[in-house]
Amino acid sequence: MRILGISAFYHDSAAALVIDGKIVAAAQEERFTRRKHDPGFPGSAIRYCLEEAGIGASALDHVVFYEKPFLKFERLLETYLAFAPRGFRSFRTAIPVWLKEKLFQKSVLRNHLRAIDDAVDWEARLLFADHHQSHAASAFFASPFTESAILTLDGVGEWTTTSAGFGRDNTLDLRREINFPHSIGLLYSAFTYYTGFKVNSGEYKVMGLAPYGEPKYAKLILEHLVDLKDDGSFRLDLGYFDYCTGLTMTNSRFDDLFGGRPRDPSELLEQRHMDLAASVQHVTEEIVLRLTRSLAREGLSKNLCPAGGVALNCVANGKVLRDGQFEKIWIQPAAGDAGGAVGAALAAYHQFAGKPRIPAAGDAMAGSYLGPAFAPSEIESRLRAAGAVFTELDDDAIISDTVEALIAEKAVGWFQGRMEFGPRALGARSILGDPRSPTMQSSLNLRVKFRESFRPFAPAVLREDVADWFELDEDSPYMLLVADVLGKRRLPADPRNETLFGIERLNIARSDIPAVTHVDYSARVQTVHADTNQRFHDLLTAFKAATGCPVLVNTSFNVRGEPIVCTPEDAFRCFMGSDIEVLVVGNCFLKKEDQSPTLKLDYKNRFELD
Amino acid sequence: MSFLQELFAFIRARRKFWLIPILAVMLVLGGLLIVTKGSALAPFIYTLF
Repeated sequence: MRILGISAFYHDSAAALVIDGKIVAAAQEERFTRRKHDPGFPGSAIRYCLEEAGIGASALDHVVFYEKPFLKFERLLETYLAFAPRGFRSFRTAIPVWLKEKLFQKSVLRNHLRAIDDAVDWEARLLFADHHQSHAASAFFASPFTESAILTLDGVGEWTTTSAGFGRDNTLDLRREINFPHSIGLLYSAFTYYTGFKVNSGEYKVMGLAPYGEPKYAKLILEHLVDLKDDGSFRLDLGYFDYCTGLTMTNSRFDDLFGGRPRDPSELLEQRHMDLAASVQHVTEEIVLRLTRSLAREGLSKNLCPAGGVALNCVANGKVLRDGQFEKIWIQPAAGDAGGAVGAALAAYHQFAGKPRIPAAGDAMAGSYLGPAFAPSEIESRLRAAGAVFTELDDDAIISDTVEALIAEKAVGWFQGRMEFGPRALGARSILGDPRSPTMQSSLNLRVKFRESFRPFAPAVLREDVADWFELDEDSPYMLLVADVLGKRRLPADPRNETLFGIERLNIARSDIPAVTHVDYSARVQTVHADTNQRFHDLLTAFKAATGCPVLVNTSFNVRGEPIVCTPEDAFRCFMGSDIEVLVVGNCFLKKEDQSPTLKLDYKNRFELD
Repeated sequence: MSFLQELFAFIRARRKFWLIPILAVMLVLGGLLIVTKGSALAPFIYTLF
């Protein structure tokens, strides 16, 4: 049975193909259109999925959309009705879009699908899954567990913002839910907006900013904004928010409570913004911990599968793991809306078609390497056509030369095998660096990625060595768990640094691997496994043999505002537009100094800032 | 037509028949918003009510 899952029309459109219960291919549309968080119909991603499987569109048994448009419209209508006459401006903006297109999503989908193959009876094959059912299915059905507790948390789908339940074999039972407008995701987004970042994309920046601050406002948030119960259920005081009726997240009462208007993105970050970030992060962790503890008290399972955008909050995930209520946690790597495409397809296979489920060893995401790969001959011809000058090396030399470049503190673009599905680069489309270098973090942030200097980088570490460097001895293949750098790897605190605050603390080396150690000694760990990414594992092994350190800086292969690179040409353009010094594409090795200066690009101003 | 059938099936499944008149008014007003792009709506509402 061949099932295509689609998520689209909000943000992060994606397509995924499931054949007989196996995820064969999955990709986000942004990687093909080169438009970050592209919300459009994922036509290119669908074409790629079909091509990867070597089938035509007519071979599909079902196409499943990841949410139910009528239910979403019902929520919209009832919300406007509940707040009327307030909210007319928002109504005037939203309703025409719905009446023109979104309400008729079935026919819109049908028309787009006809452009792929107009001989297929799409009407008969189209199915719709619930938004949170898609999230829950993407988490549980793709997990290695036969049974598990499930927790989905995001901004909002149709009505649900939080759901909890249980999965066994090929069944899902979401038994409790919290509905819009009470949403932990929207609370986090409100502070994302208030601290001057973009909603739906800047949330991870707030998480990265939090360790620079103190949770001074947490009490204020819990006293005024959130009525939080012992079991983790909560209600927001909507008097402080504008998202139900207005075009912004927060209102003037919110400003009064936190002592000022929202930060303009062009304004400098101050200590107050860092304290606000720390506060909302603290409250989020408290809510998530109460929810997971109450789920654990039900005693249904020792496993947990979180999903939804809030499950990308790896700091909260790390705390849930260390809380010890669940023995095993598996987090869907594409926990946001893109992953809804995978979940919708899996839900149709197991729940709609009633097909049995055999949990995959490890998990069903295959390291999340579900995107396009390029054959060696194709890489060469594409690079040559782009004007690149490169040397073709054998398998051993490509590893040894890359290690040499890394030891020389060069920023290395690393393009190997199938592209990752989900927001993280996991060693297939990555920029790598030496984590021992004290200047690597600011150099990568400012010269290579053109992004804010406060942003931390993540370590990729050999799975077998993770416990020797971090306070973690679990698999974390998708960079979704945060753990502290081990005490023995930390450097003694310098009393002169005690007086520093905020971003000034960034440039102080605090461990043997300063480039990946955040100001609170935390790190967003990716464990690298030989069975899912042999070449990346080989590289880390060789780096360890040369330096004694089995860790590399791993950041996504893109500049700020650019989608992660997909093709060898994308990689070469990004290489020529930034200060990446070495590019490794398959077995092709490129040095910046060998390239024609005429091919240099202005990448810094090319993409709209995220 | 199939759209209206599906919409009605949805309303019946959700048992939200009270949404029908609201939906009808909103569809008319929303349609007007599209046609007039909002600017000519106020006088029209005035004559209606």
